[in-house]
Amino acid sequence: MKHADEYRDHDLAKGLAHAVAGQLAALGATEARPIRLMEVCGGHTHAIFRYGLADLLPKSLEFLHGPGCPVCVLPRGRVDDCIAIARHPDVIFATFGDAMRVPGSTRSLLQAKADGADVRMVYSPLDALALARRNPDRRVVFFGLGFETTMPSTALTVLQAEAEGIGNFSILCNHITIIPTLRAILDDPLMELDGFIGPGHVTMIIGTEPYGFIASEYRKPLVVAGFEPLDLLHAIHMILQQKLDGRCEIENQYQRVVPNTGNPVARKAVERVYEPRATSEWRGLGDIALSGVQFRPAYRRFDAEAIFALRGERVADPVECRCGDVLKGLAKPWQCPAFGGACSPEMPLGALMVSSEGACAAYYQYSGLQNSALDAARNKVPA
Amino acid sequence: MCLGVPGRITAIDDAASLSAWVEVAGIRRKVSVACIVDAAHPIEACVGEWVLVHVGFAMSRIDEAEAEATLRVLAEIGELAVEREAMLTTEATA
Amino acid sequence: MTSPMKPLIAPAATSRRSLSATKVTLAHGGGGRAMRDLIDDVFVAAFANPDMGDMDDQARLDLARFTAIGDRLAFTTDGFVVDPVEFPGGDVGKLAVYGTVNDLAVGGARPLHLSCAVIIEEGADVALLRRLAASMRAAADECGVTIVTGDTKVVGRGQADKVFITTAGVGAIPAGRMLGTRRVCAGDAILVNGPIGDHGATIMAARGDMALEADIRSDCRALTPLIEALLAASPDTRFIRDATRGGIASTLSELAGEAGLGIRLEEKAIPVREQVRGICEILGLDPLYLANEGTFIAAVPAEAAAAAVAALRALPGGEGAAVIGRATAERPGGVVLDTVFGGSRIVDMLFGEQLPRIC
Repeated sequence: MKHADEYRDHDLAKGLAHAVAGQLAALGATEARPIRLMEVCGGHTHAIFRYGLADLLPKSLEFLHGPGCPVCVLPRGRVDDCIAIARHPDVIFATFGDAMRVPGSTRSLLQAKADGADVRMVYSPLDALALARRNPDRRVVFFGLGFETTMPSTALTVLQAEAEGIGNFSILCNHITIIPTLRAILDDPLMELDGFIGPGHVTMIIGTEPYGFIASEYRKPLVVAGFEPLDLLHAIHMILQQKLDGRCEIENQYQRVVPNTGNPVARKAVERVYEPRATSEWRGLGDIALSGVQFRPAYRRFDAEAIFALRGERVADPVECRCGDVLKGLAKPWQCPAFGGACSPEMPLGALMVSSEGACAAYYQYSGLQNSALDAARNKVPA
Repeated sequence: MCLGVPGRITAIDDAASLSAWVEVAGIRRKVSVACIVDAAHPIEACVGEWVLVHVGFAMSRIDEAEAEATLRVLAEIGELAVEREAMLTTEATA
Repeated sequence: MTSPMKPLIAPAATSRRSLSATKVTLAHGGGGRAMRDLIDDVFVAAFANPDMGDMDDQARLDLARFTAIGDRLAFTTDGFVVDPVEFPGGDVGKLAVYGTVNDLAVGGARPLHLSCAVIIEEGADVALLRRLAASMRAAADECGVTIVTGDTKVVGRGQADKVFITTAGVGAIPAGRMLGTRRVCAGDAILVNGPIGDHGATIMAARGDMALEADIRSDCRALTPLIEALLAASPDTRFIRDATRGGIASTLSELAGEAGLGIRLEEKAIPVREQVRGICEILGLDPLYLANEGTFIAAVPAEAAAAAVAALRALPGGEGAAVIGRATAERPGGVVLDTVFGGSRIVDMLFGEQLPRIC
């Protein structure tokens, strides 16, 4: 596969890993005092585990697995909203497959489907719109979740529905934005980190400019990275080089896909349909101001939140979960008392166990070859 | 998050709705090119181009020259590291 | 509601009945003439063979046929449901024959006879049933087995999805053949007969809800010739299992657990077709977990691996055979994959189905 296989090459990886090891040594990093980098994006977390990236790198580099997995940070109350909508007999509830297993306060969409709700998995919001076209006597609701990358797709789908005059289509908007959450993480006094691996596909839309404050105010380097394992190694190399040079800059490793200016056409569509939401709830992190969007009044007729008069009830995160601490790098997944017991991929309790992009699920599913504490936690008998 | 895959636009499906066929490793799917066309770059110009596809939308054109440049840099970093190591080993032996 | 196929298939008793309906109704499951028409004209007509025997509720089979082959009877059953019922490379009928034949073959048995119980949804097209029955017959002929007894039921619309088929199969195991997880030793080579994930990817594309177009076909096939060739080339083969639902990852996890050994896989040695990889990249899936219908995992002594692979590669369905890993004493019960990138990771069994990872 062109534009993918080249970036999985073992020989290039060896050379690059070698270079990174040299940089870490030059920076005086050790296993006890490692350089700590946060990969913001769940796609990066997945790639790190999928390719076993940590095996190539010295233990003097530590990854903190950030909050950039829209499925993981979906609050329980929001899943309850989805189920409440999906239970209307005339509704077809369309969603990306990722959201199907996320637990709400009592169950997931997968379980709601088993109970009789018409829940369909789709690849694209355009496919949900096609469902609305094919089923004029049903109301089709698409669950619009995802970061800035995904927002243009739902915005353009709404504009398409408007142009075609399709009246039986709406979107439950749970789009969130990464920048305010990065600021919230940086403001946490317990947070210790040396730099960010920036989210490539979000940046493809928003451009590199919005990250400026991370370098100027917080003095942390951020390198926007692609999703192949060599992209990640390259970005790590670039961050460490900034450290060695005493620089704090926003750089772009993913030039082949991400223009520094982002995608203005896509942003225009988003701005036409959505406006900032005063506050959005993130599972594990709580409420963060201006970290999401909602429909503009002109597009309310496509807003499932308005159409279905949701109760919007908030459901607190499970008390035993330490997802927030794991997200901030204050705890490792296996140090959470629920990990492997009350919380496993079969019965996820916390956000990070829900998707294979979540740190806990990634550790549970893929890791632990040299980690006996993790192995023990994984194999403990469920409570 | 934001799973994106590189694919090549092979044909226009419907110019009016900005729909085109994209091919990813031999798999074909209709995608919207609404995010990558404008007055300067009409849909006709997209055929043959490599794009990054996310949830049924081409979100970015892949810059082939940048791709090659990145791969060159990756190779150079590795070679340099190996050379430096060799140099250090020689010094240590000397 | 019992509607044994047997009483209706006596060749000499009455002339065979014919069915004129184009859609199945509840009447076709009601035990009356409509049901006899359906069974006679669709199933008995397609399956007809001397082993079906007389007007009884059971097939009566000559034991000598079994003892001529071996010293143990192998017996298995499996239910087949698939959406869509017809897909590139196969259909649920073919799956129902090959699947049960393969379950016998991977135990070293030579399959001989099958039963066939069909649950039909009210409203199903009779033409579809005819196609499925013909497909089953062709598959049975290819495998050298006969369908000797059966049953049909009709359920209300929505109570089944078009057609569900359950087959059971019997065969005989030649004396001396001993296959099983407990025979696997550390150092044994783990091999696969061809590219993985074709069936799962084909079904996903054929279902249409992801709107993906692909030129891939299910690997749905009888494994008997491949397994016979493997056992001839490597008589001391330890273990064979077809990697159906849950993909090779699940089969290998089962093997590691049951054998009390570790399995170490080499990602770059695992054959995956380009288009199957494409579907996996688009939907964020792992081909190791995609279903197969004509793919098996085998453990053979390391020194026999080359001969085993060569023997498989000489046959249709074995062209892509490859050694993909080895059994180890380390990490008993676990499967570890050395990735193309030079790292490693655990390959665990999934709890449920893989869901697309998109947004």
